[in-house]
Amino acid sequence: MLQIRRDLVDEMVAHARRDHPDEACGVIAGPEGTDRPERFVPMTNAARSPTFYEFDSAEQLRLYREMDGNDEVPVVIYHSHTATEAYPSRTDIALAGEPGAHYVLVSTRHPEDIELRSYRIVDGEVTEEPVEVVDSYLFSHTGADDVPDRG
Amino acid sequence: MAVTVSIPTILRTHTGGEKAVEASGATVAEIIDDLEARHGGLKTRLVKEGTLHRFVNVYVNDEDVRFSGGLEAKVSDGDTVTILPAVAGG
Repeated sequence: MLQIRRDLVDEMVAHARRDHPDEACGVIAGPEGTDRPERFVPMTNAARSPTFYEFDSAEQLRLYREMDGNDEVPVVIYHSHTATEAYPSRTDIALAGEPGAHYVLVSTRHPEDIELRSYRIVDGEVTEEPVEVVDSYLFSHTGADDVPDRG
Repeated sequence: MAVTVSIPTILRTHTGGEKAVEASGATVAEIIDDLEARHGGLKTRLVKEGTLHRFVNVYVNDEDVRFSGGLEAKVSDGDTVTILPAVAGG
């Protein structure tokens, strides 16, 4: 499951709308080992294309060095599809290089009805996962163990 | 010539989990051959038909070698070589 703050979802959707009809892409970094997306980093789509995205390579190096220095990892890697559904394309699957990341797809094909879904992509295998949008990580439960026993 | 090579998460299975390893060579090609000798299996993840994979980024210090000679890009003692899978898709 991807648990993510509402403001971060809004940022991804706003970026996807802004770059439409080209694909938008970026990362939400978070502290290593927490699986908690925190720092929104929109990236330049060097391909500037409605059917393809690729992080600008110099920008990507700067981002990864920054994350290394902050003990962060790319918790979410997102991009938009501008004419098709929010499901990973064959190219997305073939090129997915971060087995620990949540791959978030945003579809802007219906501007009034934005679709956002999340996947794990490991060794060519796609697994969709639920997305839980929360107002804050502080008060949201993170698993069954956090629910008090009722007696 | 010894350089430090930064290894991306997805290739750390080849380096026993190490994030950074040492290698030596005067060009990116020589560095990759040395990496292969020390950590078998890395080369085919990086090189295809004599050129760098289109979707693997290799940097010498801050320079993406795609713009500075590819496999023939020069490497000097003390440089940092960084390997990152391109983040890309359709």
